[in-house]
Amino acid sequence: MSSGTLVICGHGMVAQRLLEHLCEGGHPFSRVVVLGAESEPAYNRVLLSSVLAGDATLDQLRLRDDAWFDANGVERYYGDPVTTIDRTYQQIITAAGRELAYDTLVLATGARPAPLGIPGDDLEGVLTFRDLRDTHQLIELSQRHGRAVVIGGGFLGLEAAEGLRCRGMAVTVLHRNPHLLNRQLDTTGSKLLAASLMQRGLSIRTGVRPCALLGKRRVRAVQLDDSNLVSTDLVITAAGITPNAGLAITAGLDCGRGIRVSRQLRTSDPAIFALGECCEIDGQTFGLVDPGYEQARVLAQVLKGSDQGAVFRSTTQPTRLKISGIPIFSCGQTRPDENTESIVWQDHGQNRYCRLLLRDGRLVGSVLFGETRDGPWYAEQIHKGNDLTPWRATLAFGRDYCEQAA
Amino acid sequence: MADQRPVSGDLAHPANRGRLCVKGANLHETTNSEGNLHHPRVLGSRVSWDRALDEVTGAIRQAMFQHGPGSVAFYLSGQLLTEDYYVANKLAKGFIGTPHVDTNSRLCMSSAVAAHKRAFGEDVVPGCYEDLELADLLVLAGSNTAWNHPVLYQRMKAAGRPGRRVVVIDPRRTATAELADLHLAIRPGTDTTLFNGLLVWLADAGAVDGAYVDAHCSGFDETLVSARARAFAPENVAEACDIPVDDVVSFYRWFTETPRTVTAFSQGINQSVVGTDNGNAIINCHLATGRVGKPGASPLSLTGQPNAMGGREVGGLANTLAAHLDYDIPGAREAVAEFWGTDRLPQAPGYKAVDLFDAVHRGEIKVLWIMGTNPAVSLPQSRRVREAMSRCPVVIVSDCVSHTDTTALADILLPARGWGEKDGTVTNSERCISRQRAFRPPTGEARADWQILAEVGRRLGYEKAFAWSSPAAVFREHARLSALNNDGIRRFNLSGLADLADEAYDQLAPVQWPITTGQPEGSKRLFGDGRYSTLDGRACFIPVQATASGQAVVSPGQMRLNTGRIRDQWHTMTRTGRAPRLVQHRPEPFVDIHPLDLSARGIREGDLVSLTAENGGVFTGRVRAEPGQRQGEVFVPIHWSHQFTGEGLASALITPVTDPFSGQPDSKNGLVTVTSLSARWHARLLRHREASRGWQADYHTLVPQHHCNTWYLAGKQPEDWHRTITRWLGGAPDLVLEDSAAGTFRAARIRHGQLDGVLLVARDASHLPDTAWLASLFDGRELSRQERRGLLSARSVETEDIGAVVCSCFGVGEKQIAAAIGAGAGTVEALGEKLRCGTNCGSCTPELKAAIEKHRLSSAPV
Repeated sequence: MSSGTLVICGHGMVAQRLLEHLCEGGHPFSRVVVLGAESEPAYNRVLLSSVLAGDATLDQLRLRDDAWFDANGVERYYGDPVTTIDRTYQQIITAAGRELAYDTLVLATGARPAPLGIPGDDLEGVLTFRDLRDTHQLIELSQRHGRAVVIGGGFLGLEAAEGLRCRGMAVTVLHRNPHLLNRQLDTTGSKLLAASLMQRGLSIRTGVRPCALLGKRRVRAVQLDDSNLVSTDLVITAAGITPNAGLAITAGLDCGRGIRVSRQLRTSDPAIFALGECCEIDGQTFGLVDPGYEQARVLAQVLKGSDQGAVFRSTTQPTRLKISGIPIFSCGQTRPDENTESIVWQDHGQNRYCRLLLRDGRLVGSVLFGETRDGPWYAEQIHKGNDLTPWRATLAFGRDYCEQAA
Repeated sequence: MADQRPVSGDLAHPANRGRLCVKGANLHETTNSEGNLHHPRVLGSRVSWDRALDEVTGAIRQAMFQHGPGSVAFYLSGQLLTEDYYVANKLAKGFIGTPHVDTNSRLCMSSAVAAHKRAFGEDVVPGCYEDLELADLLVLAGSNTAWNHPVLYQRMKAAGRPGRRVVVIDPRRTATAELADLHLAIRPGTDTTLFNGLLVWLADAGAVDGAYVDAHCSGFDETLVSARARAFAPENVAEACDIPVDDVVSFYRWFTETPRTVTAFSQGINQSVVGTDNGNAIINCHLATGRVGKPGASPLSLTGQPNAMGGREVGGLANTLAAHLDYDIPGAREAVAEFWGTDRLPQAPGYKAVDLFDAVHRGEIKVLWIMGTNPAVSLPQSRRVREAMSRCPVVIVSDCVSHTDTTALADILLPARGWGEKDGTVTNSERCISRQRAFRPPTGEARADWQILAEVGRRLGYEKAFAWSSPAAVFREHARLSALNNDGIRRFNLSGLADLADEAYDQLAPVQWPITTGQPEGSKRLFGDGRYSTLDGRACFIPVQATASGQAVVSPGQMRLNTGRIRDQWHTMTRTGRAPRLVQHRPEPFVDIHPLDLSARGIREGDLVSLTAENGGVFTGRVRAEPGQRQGEVFVPIHWSHQFTGEGLASALITPVTDPFSGQPDSKNGLVTVTSLSARWHARLLRHREASRGWQADYHTLVPQHHCNTWYLAGKQPEDWHRTITRWLGGAPDLVLEDSAAGTFRAARIRHGQLDGVLLVARDASHLPDTAWLASLFDGRELSRQERRGLLSARSVETEDIGAVVCSCFGVGEKQIAAAIGAGAGTVEALGEKLRCGTNCGSCTPELKAAIEKHRLSSAPV
């Protein structure tokens, strides 16, 4: 369908996945260019938590070496973010003034941490945990400072907190909701998680909201809405993300929270596509790598013209916590309501827990803590939506117990 | 430790030729000394034998002195050996001077005894087991031999041949009906009608053996007149018995045309308010055709206890004196008194079982000595029996088991030797005396019953009369007594064994009495020559009224109750209840009801129902839909006691009315109303055997397993399981599974890595899982991680041990990864291709690389 020059704006994991799909078996473009704001090609961002915690090394992050890009004829430019899209002339302009004409443009600009929006959030020592640069900085600062506060008890915040704790810091996690990972876990799961983390030495305060960061030049303390102060040397903000849609907005593309695209990932401009954390489909934005990968697969088919009917379908995506030794798997609905029935299994002695939510005999959600091997199978059952009544008595024990009929 | 030696049959024994029933084959499970009575106890405290026997003799002496000898009573059992029985009878009647000696055989075949005496002049079974094989027509009346005499049943089955016919007469289609060419599911209590009709048919068909009747019988004419009184045409019989007339005619024709006919009968005939008449109605038909004591042709009473007949031989029933001598036989009292050297023999018969416990209830009996039986469970209206025992000033119980419903009411408990520890003889249904030899040392301080009794006799001052040094010496005296004044009319005669040397006694081969010097090899059959034990040598036809309580009115809403044994239990479960294998067949008290009766009442199979009798007795059990039941009738098992369940005693539903001749209770005839228990929850609770009861429930049954106890529980009120569980498991649970919408709650407690207790709850009992696997985990092993994970599923499922999950996107474990690397997947990409690990978020790739590196280092050449 397409031909000419393909420009991909942004080189994260999803953009890399798109390139791989495109290069696999050939693509119709005469030229493929990828531009990254960061100083290096795509790396495994998911592993940054492990790097911070000292469980992984930098070279383990690399997805592809130069030879791969060269072999596939992918031009790439790094450390030079795109600043303008000129839709009239179908070209982009970078911060360094580089101009590049495109026939097809893909925006994969990702997201950034949501700002706290409270007094003092611009003080020195207030950091984010988003990319390799942040990671390097956190590792370096952790060697010079003793205390850190992480604002946000979601996946990223907890991984950052655990990473800094592993680096020897005394870390306090502040979370607005009374329960950690409240979007991914039910109440019991949250409590188990908090207990596990506290046992490791993290300090956790839930149900509190920071209202100001205090300090003259450097941050010295966090002021809480319950009038308490938490003294600290560093503050890491991890309270949600914001899609990077500024470039598209300026270019006059239809945007909501993110860049609005069709289920074939096309923006309001037929020559421009967007995917990953920066895009918005049917009012939904994305913060996980799995839907981004699925979008990459669909977009590759659209661009290659190999499957004109390919569309992205938003499915319930499982989420997992990447803190070593605390396996968590969560998929679909996590909190019971009046339409659901719960099957709950718990091993108090070994900190293993499972909640399955059923609606009309069908699995609609699962929360697993401590034992996740059947997580993907539960996710599969949620996607299939079959009536599981015959398996009800054994469902909590996983696939083998259900499939090996009694 | 349990004695686990396997049990095998004696190939040389004529009764079984080495075959064993399931109860016999699992006997070793019941010899476990756990649960046995080890030491004498007085008022709950362990005492020495010396002290216990002082208490016993003191109590007896005081009762004799203050209230007369009749204030002392003995209740014996068919589990005693003949030697035990003999010494008990001699002590009670001969030296204490009380006539009140009865036995649980009263509940079993006393009607047959009375029928034999009325017809033959003596309690003699004319036939033998071989006749069951020789018969061309086998009539099994009120006898579920398939379950209750399984070895005999196997012999009957094996003897099947073209032309051999089997008629089963039983209101229920039992397992025995499998063998039947014709099953007559008669209305309960109409047996006399059926056999009176047969007698009339035989007369009308010209099938009566007139010559035999004339030469050897008396009373035929008036008996026939009595039978005819109701014009017993087959149509009348069919209507009264509620069976098809064609079946009646078939049975009558077959009986008429088959000289070799055996009618074997047991509790269905005996346990009736007309039990004696039932027996005589059968015997009348055999006398009329001359089919008594001939090969393949005889009436044959099958007894229910190992040594019921031995008890009858020594005179262990209250209406007999000793050695087939009755009080009313002229000169018998004097002869026995002289033989024993006593002047204390009572004048007249004593109380039979039901009357005996009535006398206890009235306060007439001051000392009651119960040996080897469990009347608190087995006698009718058990609540009143318990009340009687608790009112009695001194209750002495000799038993090998420590906890029974009866030992719970004892003041003095004496440890008696169990079956594997005993030495003596028993007599089976075909008059065959067999040696029973001890094969294991006694438990604790247990003594033989005859020794205990003899010691009491000596302490009462009768050293000479109780001076035996061995069971052989007791047996010789028993044999000598059988020959006393025996001119040959009395068939029970062991004179041929009266001088048996100790060694010969030890070696005694099975032999059928009479055994005289003239016929030392014993006798297979008796009365074949037409000469009976009456004074004139003639057998007596007994006119039998054709009415029975079985026809009593069942009011609307009521159901007729039948009771009986099941295949794998025997009596009140004091022994068989300890064998986990035997409990599996029917783990709970149950109620068999016809499916149409169930649907009419809105009850489902597996529900719990309560049966309530008019006397207030209640039986709660699990419903079984049983098409073999007659409509309007229910069946319950007799076995369960308060040791195992709450309200599961069949005897609680039975009114203590008895046969006027035999005193045998009407145990198979009750009227009950059925109500659903309306349980809100059903549960299985598995605990260690030592664990105390922490649970509360409206229904419970204990099911012993090899390493734990399983409780079947149900409740009428909803429970807050999170609160309840800690008490029930003796501590906080480690594992919990809850599906409250489905009514499911399961929890387990684990101590030191071992399973300590499990509770499984369901709204519907049919949703409870089988607990066999869980029960097996109580053997002391440490649970593996996977067993622990799947524990509350109650199932062992083969799951691959994948180790800790490395790739959580695809649930891939470290052991799978190691195996793939070992098989050549040397890169992250190769692993991804093979197992998909690392191909999604990639967060596990460092671990994958580390695993590859580890493999490389460990397999590199040094």
